[in-house]
Amino acid sequence: MGITKLHGLAILVTAGITGAIWYHHPFSSASDQESTFSSEEGILLKTDLNETSPMLPRRQDVLVLTPWLAPIVWEDTFNRDILNAQYTQKNLVTGVVTFAVKKYVQFIEGFMSSANKYFLAGHQVNFYLFTDNPEQISHLQMAPENHLFVIPVRNYSQWQDISMSRMDIISRYIQSQFQYEVDYLYSIDIDVQLFEHIGVEIIDALVGTISSWQYTAHRESKSYETRTESQAAIPKGEGDFYYTASFYGGSVAEVYKLTRACFKGIVKDRENGIEARWHDESHLNKYFLYHKPTRLLSPEYCWEEELSRPRTIQVKRMCSVRKDGKK
Amino acid sequence: GNGKVHYLPYYLPCPEIFSMKLQYTEEKLIQLFPQLFYQQPRVLAPKRQDVLTVTPWLAPIIWEGTFNSEILDSAYRPLNLTIGVTAFAIGKYTRFLGRFLESAEKHFMKGYQVNYYIFTDNPETIPDVQLQPGRRFVIVPIKKYPSWQEISVRRMEAINKHIAEVSHREVDYLFCLDIDMVFCNAWGPETLGDIVAAIHPSYFNVPRSQFPYERRSSSAASIPDGEGDFYYGGAVFGGRVKKVYEFTKTCHMTILTDKANGIMAARQEESHLNRHFLSHKPSKVLSPEYLWDDSVPKPPEIRLIRFSIV
Repeated sequence: MGITKLHGLAILVTAGITGAIWYHHPFSSASDQESTFSSEEGILLKTDLNETSPMLPRRQDVLVLTPWLAPIVWEDTFNRDILNAQYTQKNLVTGVVTFAVKKYVQFIEGFMSSANKYFLAGHQVNFYLFTDNPEQISHLQMAPENHLFVIPVRNYSQWQDISMSRMDIISRYIQSQFQYEVDYLYSIDIDVQLFEHIGVEIIDALVGTISSWQYTAHRESKSYETRTESQAAIPKGEGDFYYTASFYGGSVAEVYKLTRACFKGIVKDRENGIEARWHDESHLNKYFLYHKPTRLLSPEYCWEEELSRPRTIQVKRMCSVRKDGKK
Repeated sequence: GNGKVHYLPYYLPCPEIFSMKLQYTEEKLIQLFPQLFYQQPRVLAPKRQDVLTVTPWLAPIIWEGTFNSEILDSAYRPLNLTIGVTAFAIGKYTRFLGRFLESAEKHFMKGYQVNYYIFTDNPETIPDVQLQPGRRFVIVPIKKYPSWQEISVRRMEAINKHIAEVSHREVDYLFCLDIDMVFCNAWGPETLGDIVAAIHPSYFNVPRSQFPYERRSSSAASIPDGEGDFYYGGAVFGGRVKKVYEFTKTCHMTILTDKANGIMAARQEESHLNRHFLSHKPSKVLSPEYLWDDSVPKPPEIRLIRFSIV
């Protein structure tokens, strides 16, 4: 009953296969984080490049760089500590502009409390809340470094009009006020809540968020406006991604150019008696085609709550909380 | 370095560099992309799954497959940029100039205006070179130095001074390249950025503990154990001319500090460059495709070699 040659061979083969498997999947801890003190900056920095294979990408399942070399921000592609150190050095202020008109005032509390907690936490954020109901705002607790500016606006009968006039309002207020108060500005829909940190990884010259509805869709089936009579029309065979109008931004200069261009298109369409398929979002997508974003946010940054979450979406940082049927 | 290095009095910092204020031309933000037809980028289809293409601070790492040259050219060409190149042809290294320039004419920034600034202590030996239209060749005479260590110590200073005196008015971007190299494949606008560094071919896939950083704490270039992102090669660096001016100045200062303390960093200016890029991270990183050494066995991750040691 001893070990025969066959047994020995079986053991060798198994060892060989195990060895081969082991060799191709070297064990390395997923979050290989080290705290290091860099005297140069006097701040604790963590760099978590994979220790055994520094060149191996953390995310192999998704595109992390566009063909025009804009990074696409996904969980595990960035180290927020390094980015925070860079951001802090430059003494920047970021603003958020949001609209709560008519029934949408119900979303203010949820949005503001979650944004206060999770949006650029630890850095100064100016929240610019445009509302037709400024008296209705209950006392909101703001983090010490944040500021809330409540700005009254008139309401419109159609929500599409509100949606489209946002572009106009934002560009006018950038010119008259925001450019003196913030370096970067982000437009965010009010009917969302933040559940995870959204930090300085979003800060860049021109930033668009990939829509969670459309991120796997083929060009032809994307929701671009296709009627050539509209200023927002994207010709057949063109288009990179479908961006959501719920979350976009960048430097004040770039956001100014974007909102002006979009509003011009909206006005022109109105004169020609046409309304783009998805309103301001169509115009935004047209703008982003020929003025490509310098950074893209993955659908983690604006997830549609109704959608079932695939494995590629490891984190839902901001989600819609729509109760009525907006889209 | 080993052995004694003797320093002559002229190594004291020249005040003119530090008090210069340069007028820079308006920085152009690259964004306007004309109509172009190309394959749709797909969110679930990464082009390179075998290599890191974005650093933890969200700077792109440029590998073949990550970018579309057509898209980039369509945005950059209309900007009428001038790209500068510095290369040092010192002593016997003038013999590399011919091949360097010939290959650059074939592969480097085709379709763009290029100024080659050749720093040499031997201007008489520089041959007359015929370049394509829109491309210029300028000889920058420098004094003869007694040793190669001295040359290495002076390179940052020479580049910095030249930017201040000449090239800041002439170029938008500047690349500082070693001359004993040739271009073998396209080097284009995918390399343009604020601060650009290249990963050293011998150290691109090893843990940071194996990087040949300067480790002696007495050196201004020292990087302690446990720190470091990549090991960048000294043969390729660049960026917007204003940024190159700033970091060559900083590197020159740390080099001078070491000199005053009687220490020379393990890899000379490359050590100082690595120290600098640790605290001031590059905005764009070039893969070893852009800085290759044929004596290193070529792994499958390197699909294409663009610039290599002769």
